[in-house]
Amino acid sequence: MAQRIKFYQTGTFTVGNRLLDETARTVQATLERDNSLTSGHRACQGCGEALGARYALDSAMRAADRKMVAVNATGCLEVFSTPYPETSWRIAWLHSLFGNAPAVATGVAAALRAKGREDIRVVAQGGDGGTVDIGFGCLSGMFERNDDVLYICYDNEAYMNTGVQRSGSTPPTARTATTPTVGEHPGNVFGQGKNAPLIAMAHNIPYVATASVCDLHDLEAKVNTAMSLHGARYVHVHVPCPLGWGSQPCDTLKVARAAVESGLFPLFEARDGRVTEVTPIRRKVPVEAYLKLQKRFAHLFKEPRDEQALAAIQAIADRNIARFELIDGAVA
Amino acid sequence: MFQVRIHGRGGQGVVTSAEMLSVAAFTEGRHAQAFPSFGSERMGAPVMAFCRIDEKEIRLREPVMTPDALIVQDTTLLHQVDLFSGLDTRGYLLINTRRKYSDLGLGDYVTRFPPHHLCTVAATEFALKHLGRPLPNAALLGAFSAITARVSLASVQAAIQEKFPGAVGEGNAAAAAEAYDSIRTN
Amino acid sequence: MLKQIEGSQAIAEAVALCRPEVISAYPITPQTHIVEGLSAIVRSGKLGSCQFINVESEFAAMSAVIGASAAGARAYTATSSQGLLYMAEAVYNASGLGLPIVMTVGNRAIGAPINIWNDHSDSMAMAASGWIQLFAESNQEAIDLHIQAFRLAEQLSVPVMVCVDGFILTHAYERVDVPAPEQVEQFLPPFEPVQMLDPREPVSIGAMVGPEAFMEVRYLAHHKQLQAIDAIPTLSADFAAAFGRNSGDLVAPYRTEDAETVVVALGSVIGSIKDTVDELREEGMKIGALKIVSFRPFPLARLRAALEGAARVVVLEKNLALGLGGIVASNVRMALRGLRTPVYTVIAGLGGRPITKASLRRVFAEAADDDLEDPYFLDLDWQVVDRELARAKETRRSGPVAENILRDLGLVGSHIG
Repeated sequence: MAQRIKFYQTGTFTVGNRLLDETARTVQATLERDNSLTSGHRACQGCGEALGARYALDSAMRAADRKMVAVNATGCLEVFSTPYPETSWRIAWLHSLFGNAPAVATGVAAALRAKGREDIRVVAQGGDGGTVDIGFGCLSGMFERNDDVLYICYDNEAYMNTGVQRSGSTPPTARTATTPTVGEHPGNVFGQGKNAPLIAMAHNIPYVATASVCDLHDLEAKVNTAMSLHGARYVHVHVPCPLGWGSQPCDTLKVARAAVESGLFPLFEARDGRVTEVTPIRRKVPVEAYLKLQKRFAHLFKEPRDEQALAAIQAIADRNIARFELIDGAVA
Repeated sequence: MFQVRIHGRGGQGVVTSAEMLSVAAFTEGRHAQAFPSFGSERMGAPVMAFCRIDEKEIRLREPVMTPDALIVQDTTLLHQVDLFSGLDTRGYLLINTRRKYSDLGLGDYVTRFPPHHLCTVAATEFALKHLGRPLPNAALLGAFSAITARVSLASVQAAIQEKFPGAVGEGNAAAAAEAYDSIRTN
Repeated sequence: MLKQIEGSQAIAEAVALCRPEVISAYPITPQTHIVEGLSAIVRSGKLGSCQFINVESEFAAMSAVIGASAAGARAYTATSSQGLLYMAEAVYNASGLGLPIVMTVGNRAIGAPINIWNDHSDSMAMAASGWIQLFAESNQEAIDLHIQAFRLAEQLSVPVMVCVDGFILTHAYERVDVPAPEQVEQFLPPFEPVQMLDPREPVSIGAMVGPEAFMEVRYLAHHKQLQAIDAIPTLSADFAAAFGRNSGDLVAPYRTEDAETVVVALGSVIGSIKDTVDELREEGMKIGALKIVSFRPFPLARLRAALEGAARVVVLEKNLALGLGGIVASNVRMALRGLRTPVYTVIAGLGGRPITKASLRRVFAEAADDDLEDPYFLDLDWQVVDRELARAKETRRSGPVAENILRDLGLVGSHIG
């Protein structure tokens, strides 16, 4: 007698989804997956970006019926995937510069349109540095024109490829090579932050979503949804970096999950500038549970603990929870 | 080679004037070169445009330093800008005005020119009459044709109507014609 | 068909004749009329499914055509001065990737101080980028070079920039012969990419190359430029056969056969130089001129052959390599290495200062007498310079140089030349 297992009973803890109905399994669980980013790349052990990219691109390839071109910004993903003379890409792939992936993708999409080949889809991807900092102007331009490009940002919250320097995405208090833990305010400053998904929504583009490698089903589904639409689309994926964050390689999913469950990284979807779906937090954890897993925040817990900073970070999480209504009953 | 320099203010169609003159010469099978002097001007600032006409290819690339004909579209430039620099006494001088030379403070200056090289044209008035707008450039080109005979009125009108199709072109062409006639009959 | 139109419009029509598939546009004086003209042409439907993209910066403009070209589309953009510098990273990227993009550079000075007028500092700043650089003498040549550029670029898989003097050519109305579409169609075959983003045959383009292979990759790019040394004259000959006029080629001599003094220059100033040469020849001076069309690749052998017989060479250029002198002159000297021919550098026309026939006559006569400082700054106001030097010597806080000088000179606008 076969017992039907419901997804919530096993959740993402179930590798390969073998206990699930075939239709509910991830693309990665099928033999027909494209392996767009195949094995042999030089990513660090436990790299969240490699994981996220593999899931995202195979999902996109399936949705695009394998008619897809990828444009990659300079960064970890580009570097570890193409160690000359090898490439671990099995898809049509172009790397131009650090700050121009959105603009290059715009050009690719235009070329395909000129040739009457809009059936070939265009995906652009880059890290947080290439997306929210140096590539921001081009990203906004692509949004403004509503070019038919899906842009995926893999956010590991610093310029990892060049040695862990601070980016516009680095959270407050985090240690990086350019925000060292010395002086009166160790680590990154408490700035305004740069919420790329919200900025994308302000352009009223057809689809914006946040995703995390802790929920790979959700990541695949969001990419799939994005690919079912046309125009400018943006997916922002939270990807822990064990090296840069000082977390254990085996803890990547755990760290990512803690970010989501603390409220620091809300999961939501938006259409035409409005939030349409959120993933509720089933089991809220205090930000400490997340921060303690990473050495980049270790200075906050050294005696005497920086209660002020911890409270401020908790406030950010609580603000997210309220703003996106991540917990039933929580109102902004 | 015949060299023309046009002075006016931004917004008065000085550049267009030079361009149309070059097109007029072109329609007669000649070579012509027209270009403006640029500043980061806005409306109202002094502007110059140049036009060279020749039977053979024009290779020279410099502002017109020694004009054979000088066109002044706006008399408020007199005594403000060095308008007459390089103008030979054998040259032609056309001024957009209803006033007399003496009233413009040019009474002495114009005596050095042969009288048939000089003319004042109420170009702005002709423009207002035929076009409803104070843009004197077309009328001035009609006067230019009359006084220098370097291009025919018909060519000037053809150039005007190529640049401004429809009623605007017709109005401009009529202004040019009236300016032309007013010179011819003097 | 003969037309009397603005240079920018002529260029727009020439580019349209080449049937680009993707055009990216960002405006900058003095190139604006080109992209405006093209936007009208695209919207008229004359170019079928050609995509005209209004981008958010020059960096995006070059990036977009990089993507388009990599996807197999014939791609074009235009810029000048600051815009060319702003896209510099992408300019190098395009040639490094071997993408046959064609770009018009409306030559304009580079700031600071900000200056919208013509000189060649922008193109010169990109001389090492790996792009082929062709300089037009007139708007007719501008038309012709753009048509040749697409064919050359696609033949060799190298991007080509066609350099056209800002304002002097771009904003000048002159007579041009615009070819018929059928003529261009026959001359320019459809684009067949060497590499292409194609899901059916996926390749990775743009990988990192380390010390073990970079020199070889770079050499191969250099080799392409050397191939262009042969390809350009052939192309020019084919063009002459198809369109009935000479334009392009690597260099073009003017009355150099028995010339003792040869003046070398790029771009529109050659026109004024030819007029000056004619006048001086009338007066008995044995002088000629040599136009360099292809600055990159730099035609060392052809130049040497053309200049070997001269007693002296005068390089008249709209560039100043600060701290050194002439840029073109240095390149010319390289062509003449080993020979004892004196090469004079005349720096002229920076930031749009007019180069007059009167001044050219004077400086050529001085050169012919071997009585010329080197480098020589044509029509430079030494009084103004000396005043500013004295001012700076007197006090540390002497103020911004440019503003001091402008105050000294009084307001611009009342000067004719």
